[in-house]
Amino acid sequence: MRLEGRAHCFGDDVNTDYIISGKYKFKTLDMKELARHVMEDLDPEFYAKVRPGDFIVAGTNFGCGSSREQAPLAIKYAGIGAVLARSFARIFFRNAINTGLPVVECDTSGIRPGDELVVDLERGVVLNRTRNLEIPVRPLPPVMLRILADGGLAAHFQKHGNFALE
Amino acid sequence: MGKTVAEKIFGRAAGREVAAGELVVARVDYIMGQDGTAPLAISAFYDLGGVRPADPGRIAFVIDHSAPSPNEGVSALHKLMREFAREHGITLYDVGDGVCHQVIPESGHIGPGSLVVGADSHTCTYGALGCVATGVGSTDLAAAMITGSLWFKVPHTMRVLCRGKLPPGVYAKDLILRIIGDVGADGATYLAVEYAGEAVDDLSMDGRFTLCNMAVEMGAKTGIVPADEKTLAWLGQFTPRAFAPVRPDPDAAYAAVREYDVSTLVPQVACPHRVDNVVPVDEVAGTRIQQAVLGTCTNGRLEDLRVAAGILRGRKVHRDTRLIVAPASRRVLLAAMREGIIQDLVEAGAAVVTPGCGPCVGTHNGIPADGERVISTANRNFKGRMGNNKAEIYLASPATVAASALAGEITDPREFVR
Ligand code: SF4
Repeated sequence: MRLEGRAHCFGDDVNTDYIISGKYKFKTLDMKELARHVMEDLDPEFYAKVRPGDFIVAGTNFGCGSSREQAPLAIKYAGIGAVLARSFARIFFRNAINTGLPVVECDTSGIRPGDELVVDLERGVVLNRTRNLEIPVRPLPPVMLRILADGGLAAHFQKHGNFALE
Repeated sequence: MGKTVAEKIFGRAAGREVAAGELVVARVDYIMGQDGTAPLAISAFYDLGGVRPADPGRIAFVIDHSAPSPNEGVSALHKLMREFAREHGITLYDVGDGVCHQVIPESGHIGPGSLVVGADSHTCTYGALGCVATGVGSTDLAAAMITGSLWFKVPHTMRVLCRGKLPPGVYAKDLILRIIGDVGADGATYLAVEYAGEAVDDLSMDGRFTLCNMAVEMGAKTGIVPADEKTLAWLGQFTPRAFAPVRPDPDAAYAAVREYDVSTLVPQVACPHRVDNVVPVDEVAGTRIQQAVLGTCTNGRLEDLRVAAGILRGRKVHRDTRLIVAPASRRVLLAAMREGIIQDLVEAGAAVVTPGCGPCVGTHNGIPADGERVISTANRNFKGRMGNNKAEIYLASPATVAASALAGEITDPREFVR
């Protein structure tokens, strides 16, 4: 999987309330509607700024907080191609893979807002074209790679009828 | 090599010996979804090709986060949950039954040794019963409903040893806030946290639920208090089923061990906008507050209401402060009524709302105004958490919240407790 886009940068501990506030997510299953409010409490303009394929780039513990799967879904429906962070909270990490949103664990300290990035999941590197930097990616556990390669857990189940993790 | 509680429980559920770090597909004993996550799990259920749940008797849905419904969007999702539950024979706890993390332990369905998943991050609360319980998303919940199993990474364990006796006016909430302040918001990511020591043995079950509830605020997969006589006696109120406690082996291998002497602990407060931004109460004492909240899955239990009523009895909440009380469950509300606790709280000026999540997550029941400060017994103080990103949330024990509601400012509760 090879993805290209621009970086939108955030700090450490971006929690699921910031990604999509509880006041919206309880009302609807319409992810396109939720996507309009993604990251709103951190950057009210965020949704308007995103071009399809752009990346969210963050520090440590991205996605901490609640188990709401609306968080990775709202990010995906906002057009984000992948989330790059130094580390992820575990429920978010799992939910992202299950919903087919690539999550990339790598050193994000050298990435600045607007940098042009190429994420190459096969080779396990992020190329920062703007700064001519190659950043190694921490490989996904094989189970997760499988589910992500199938396009998420629903597609994985459609294909195999159950967990096919061996 | 000896085993931790988590290794033993995952081994039993996977049907083989396992060690921390291994991936397993394990049978899940109980599955829970609430009204913020179950609707999405229902749509995922069909996306995954689900027809019928593997074992509806092991599944419960709880309507607690926006209950009763504040608008027609929520009402439609509640209806979807009720219809799905009826069609498939799933247990449904409806408006007024209480917050999921109180209702499920009270249901008698789970106990020591169980493996539980819930589509809510605070599912780790049930670890107070000596089980492994962890939060998952809606798609994982759907997969568990369809297959009765789920894949897991067996976690390494951090042991937190708590010695000494808690001083008067200092509670399990102060202890867990201190621990989170030290460990940090991601200091226990992927780990199980096993609590042990004299101070944990001494805690009531209500206090142990508080300890385990907040394990996820340091990133943990679950919190566990290994079961003892107290656990079995508590469960005996709800089920005749006999559970065997699962204890860690003396030579179990821990990823980390932290030790606390609780006898010198003072009341703690988590300041905006981070749960690990924890200070002793005197550093923020005097901060004006407009709303005080007593309740949630962290501190809405009988003991919590009792402690608060002890402080509020015969006194009046400050005229510039609202006090909102959300009992954790119908059973808690009834018990508090029988003890006269509700009478005391209401006479002191509290507004009692439906058992459930109350104003915790900003869907209803007390959204603060711009610039207002709230002190709450909940577990999260993120910006916008209670529905307004221009409000500030402080987290503290029921005693600190009650004392602060009286004074209209953050107050050390020890002057009221002896
Ligand atoms: S009380 Fe708050 S933290 Fe607990 S389950 Fe409800 S919304 Fe979540």
